[in-house]
Amino acid sequence: MNVATRDAYGRALVELGKKYPDLVVLDADLAKSTKTADFAKVFPERFFDMGIAEQNMMGTAAGLALAGKIPCASTFAVFATGRAFDQIRNSIAYPGLNVKIIATHAGITVGEDGASHQSVEDIALMRALPNMTVIVPADATETGKAVAAAVVHEGPVYIRLGRPAVPVLFDENYRFRLGRAEILRRGPDAAIFATGIMVYEALKAAETLAGRGVDVTVVNIHTIKPLDVETISSLAMKTGAVVTAEEHSIIGGLGSAVAEALAERCPVPLVRVGIRDRFGESGKPGELLEAFGLTASHIVEAVDLVLQRRVCGK
Amino acid sequence: MPSSQEELLQDLEKKARVIRSDIIRMVAEAGSGHPGGSLSAAEIVTVLYFHVMRIRPDEPDWPDRDRFVLSKGHAAPLLYAVLAERGYFPAEELITLRKLGSRLQGHPAFGKLPGIEASTGSLGQGLSISLGIALAGKIDHRDYRVYALLGDGENEEGQVWEAAMAAAHYRVDNLTAILDYNGLQIDGPVADVLSPLPLPEKWRSFGWEVREVDGHSFEELLAAFEWAKGVHDRPSMIIAKTVKGKGVSFMENAVDWHGKAPDREQAEKALAELLAVPS
Ligand SMILES: Cc1ncc(C[n+]2csc(CCOP(=O)(O)OP(=O)(O)O)c2C)c(N)n1
Ligand SMILES: [Mg+2]
Repeated sequence: MNVATRDAYGRALVELGKKYPDLVVLDADLAKSTKTADFAKVFPERFFDMGIAEQNMMGTAAGLALAGKIPCASTFAVFATGRAFDQIRNSIAYPGLNVKIIATHAGITVGEDGASHQSVEDIALMRALPNMTVIVPADATETGKAVAAAVVHEGPVYIRLGRPAVPVLFDENYRFRLGRAEILRRGPDAAIFATGIMVYEALKAAETLAGRGVDVTVVNIHTIKPLDVETISSLAMKTGAVVTAEEHSIIGGLGSAVAEALAERCPVPLVRVGIRDRFGESGKPGELLEAFGLTASHIVEAVDLVLQRRVCGK
Repeated sequence: MPSSQEELLQDLEKKARVIRSDIIRMVAEAGSGHPGGSLSAAEIVTVLYFHVMRIRPDEPDWPDRDRFVLSKGHAAPLLYAVLAERGYFPAEELITLRKLGSRLQGHPAFGKLPGIEASTGSLGQGLSISLGIALAGKIDHRDYRVYALLGDGENEEGQVWEAAMAAAHYRVDNLTAILDYNGLQIDGPVADVLSPLPLPEKWRSFGWEVREVDGHSFEELLAAFEWAKGVHDRPSMIIAKTVKGKGVSFMENAVDWHGKAPDREQAEKALAELLAVPS
């Protein structure tokens, strides 16, 4: 079954709105797309459409947080993190305010709208900010739980969601633990650290590899910051070969975060699957994932490559 | 009215119908895109490229050309249709809109296609870019003019007003903005979502010369662009009252047709309506 993470977000907001009277939601003329319209319908007095003015939306969210509210501010990831970067930096992250920036339409799976609407650098931007927590859910179930966890968490949080419907990986018993890497599959030959929609691709890749007698570990890195460095370095040490996978630039995203951590703790051969220093373009989401090298088969190739490198290194 | 003016108007009407049909075909073929705001500005962009602007389609980089910046970049189908019909690139290419590898990206991409003056799509940025081009014209003593098309929802972006202030401050009378005042954005009517109204008063108070026209009347648009050329020492703004989705009955004034492609049946119905108009 496929469900868009943004649909799960809309549903979660309505539930959380009942539980937390201080929860308020802001949007920038994309309420139907981000699904904050679901919340607006039930709680019109706690919803503010701020128009096509993302910078003002973030600043207003900061003010609402200062006055004790829990604001969730939503728009497309490109506009949330790019257009309003300085407002997020100086008005929200620096004072450590309790604003939840929940952005949809991240990555190239935006599809036909093309590069202007495809954020390939939002994780990098948000990760670089002190005080900011960065979460990239892998499916609809995780999205609901991550949004709930973010609302309870004190401080600024960035949650990255997507546009298309994606496979549901987890059932309702799944436990979301902020800041914890989730090991989904264990194998001694290599470790794949994946985030967002690439978790599903990593699991598919692991199946393919298992058919060839290569048993890999697959880890869901839903929290990119704070990164679970303990789990990541211990698995790197155990397997001696690491692949990262993300629908984001390899500059500044999960691949960078893992490389930084391992370089200091436990350097092992590493191959990053991600967008290789280029902007997106128009196309169907599936075609783009293929063209940009973001599928299970690309992860399989990356594992083959990293295993060759491990042999060389020995 | 002189018959040459009459002929010009008839010719422009005909062009606009072709362009509207192109828009419907392109968006239908792509399966996504923005018909509403493309249709509302069809007369504006048609009159610019077919009469007002000094251009050389076979020499798109000619330094003395007038420039057009589509600040409301989601109306890319309109711009592409006009550029193709004006000879910048083959019209057959129009149906590649939004497809993988196409030069016709979902939003205009500078450098990919002849005639595209700026990369737009992130709203609120085109007027600043236009200001930069206009300022360069001034310091280079070139007499080209710069035209920027903005949406009314787009007017909610703070950057638009930063550009408005700066353009008046630097007295760029070679810059003309056109506002596609169709009254709608994505979440509803602009007046309900986050009102940027009243527009003429705001732009005047920012130091612009403002003229209001019917954005579907070629006669009024022609007169307004002539007026703009005569404005000195200030930037000029043409507020064009339009109907979103204009020309296709079921798309007119309908919020839902902002960013949705017609299916085959709807596209055929739309094309039949557009072609049924007597010429
Ligand atoms: C900075 C930015 N925020 C949000 C969007 C998403 N978006 C695309 S079109 C649109 C509505 C535009 O309304 P308007 O300017 O009135 O355009 P028109 O009615 O002429 O189509 C929005 C919010 C965007 N492209 N850029
Ligand atoms: Mg509008």
